[in-house]
Amino acid sequence: MHKYNKKLIWIGLLTLAAIVLFLTININPKYIQYALKLRVPKIFAMILASICLGAGTMIFQTITNNRVLTPCILGLTSLYVMLQTIIVFFLGASHVLVTNRNLNFILSLILLAFASVLVFRVLFLKQGKNVLYILLIGTIMGQFFGSISSFLQRVIDPNEFLALQNKLFASFKNMNSSILLITVICIVLLFLYTRNELKQLDVIALGREHAINLGINYDKAIKKLMLSVTLLVGVATALVGPITFLGFIITNVAREIFKTYRHTYLIGGSILIGIFTLAFAQVLVEHIFNFSTTLSVLINLIGGIYFIATLLIQSKKA
Amino acid sequence: MLQVQELSKSFGQKLVVDGVSLEIHKNKITSFIGPNGAGKSTVFNLISRLIMRDEGHIGLDEVDISNWKSNELSKRIAILKQNNSLQLKLTVRELVAFGRFPHSQGRLNEEDETKIDEALSYMELEEFSDKFIDELSGGQRQRAYIAMVIAQDTDYILLDEPLNNLDIKHAMNFMKMIQKLCYELNKTVIIVMHDINFASCYSDYIVAFKEGQIIASGSTEDIMKEHILEEIYEIPFAIHELNGKKICVYY
Repeated sequence: MHKYNKKLIWIGLLTLAAIVLFLTININPKYIQYALKLRVPKIFAMILASICLGAGTMIFQTITNNRVLTPCILGLTSLYVMLQTIIVFFLGASHVLVTNRNLNFILSLILLAFASVLVFRVLFLKQGKNVLYILLIGTIMGQFFGSISSFLQRVIDPNEFLALQNKLFASFKNMNSSILLITVICIVLLFLYTRNELKQLDVIALGREHAINLGINYDKAIKKLMLSVTLLVGVATALVGPITFLGFIITNVAREIFKTYRHTYLIGGSILIGIFTLAFAQVLVEHIFNFSTTLSVLINLIGGIYFIATLLIQSKKA
Repeated sequence: MLQVQELSKSFGQKLVVDGVSLEIHKNKITSFIGPNGAGKSTVFNLISRLIMRDEGHIGLDEVDISNWKSNELSKRIAILKQNNSLQLKLTVRELVAFGRFPHSQGRLNEEDETKIDEALSYMELEEFSDKFIDELSGGQRQRAYIAMVIAQDTDYILLDEPLNNLDIKHAMNFMKMIQKLCYELNKTVIIVMHDINFASCYSDYIVAFKEGQIIASGSTEDIMKEHILEEIYEIPFAIHELNGKKICVYY
């Protein structure tokens, strides 16, 4: 137990260092206040996105008993991309729904929440549908949304496509406090909603039979957790855009570091590693690459390499 | 008191359990036997609430198990299924500690620690307690899971084909240990089994299933008879008595 706490503290310190680096790098002493006013909300957004993705992905992997899955497979990210594409396609890039980030955020959030509840209703009304079934439906729906998006993106006006592309890359530009507040409220509500189930995660990780044996109301717990996973991922996507691989990277790095089954450490670790990764990557994007690349590209590059490496290592073991 | 009345379950159109009623004797070992697809494992799953029943009543202390709180029930009945392949990084001690979850909800107190120690020593697992379960041999892992069930400290223990993957030596040791559990710690044990001779040598009562129904049930003496076994399995049997145990021969 002690060694896990120690590791958690070390990661916490590293994360803190990354945050301080992000806040202070290349800062002009004359305009400290102005610079911080721009940078602090970004850090908050990173923290919130990490909480959503770290907790959401870890819970998802535990439920599905598969550590290479991410909740993206549920198709919510594709739904987000399709929504943005449709808005730009039909209303134009200068429409208020595109330019006003608040409005866009709230609309995305409502749609994603609605979609996840709907998916849930449909899937769980019929008894006996297991998690794999949901994943299969999610994958197919994701493909479907993706196809619609790419069709629209092909026939769209090139200028508007550029504006859309900008929107579809994860970014921490122009965070404002009202978006952050809504996000915080969503996260707090979700954690309150699943507070009992979160404590049962360690047991749920043992699988359905053991969990039921140990007195978990398994099916109900899975429903609640899956619902909050989809909402957490929806919140993160609406907040910063699709960051496909981040959830995958941080949960797996956390598993490597902690080598335990305890979700307190796994989730806590994932969140801290997420903040560290985002802050560090953002420093690279802003100060090393001078915005010539985007955060998504960077994350997907690192994530992709890590994903392939993990698959190779796993297949070697098996 | 564990009682099953008029239990039925179908998968799609197929009726797999058809009006099963039985009563489990306290502090005894009861074996479920029968050919493949006879419904014994389904009855097991129904009693252990892993699947929902269509009709019937499963009562523990006169109260239907669906009216029990899940957590309370897990202090009374422990289930162990045959396939236990975990991907988790879990030491033997941590696994056994999970057995205390119904009692402590994950916050182990001193009593829990004592129970875990007892379960580990009962299963002679002390030397492995800090090993990861995926580093153990099949037999050791099986013992670790049993230790978890012991730590759970329930009156009833339900085991689904626990002898699979065990060689004869380990299978025998396993059954001896189950007997110890039953008679020393006053547990009531239900085992789904394929090996009739193991059932004969180590259980007090046998319930035989065929085509979703109970075809025979009673004390081991009464069930281990040629005509009954022949009716269950539809092959010729010869029964011999060796050292006071009934052993059946087939082929």
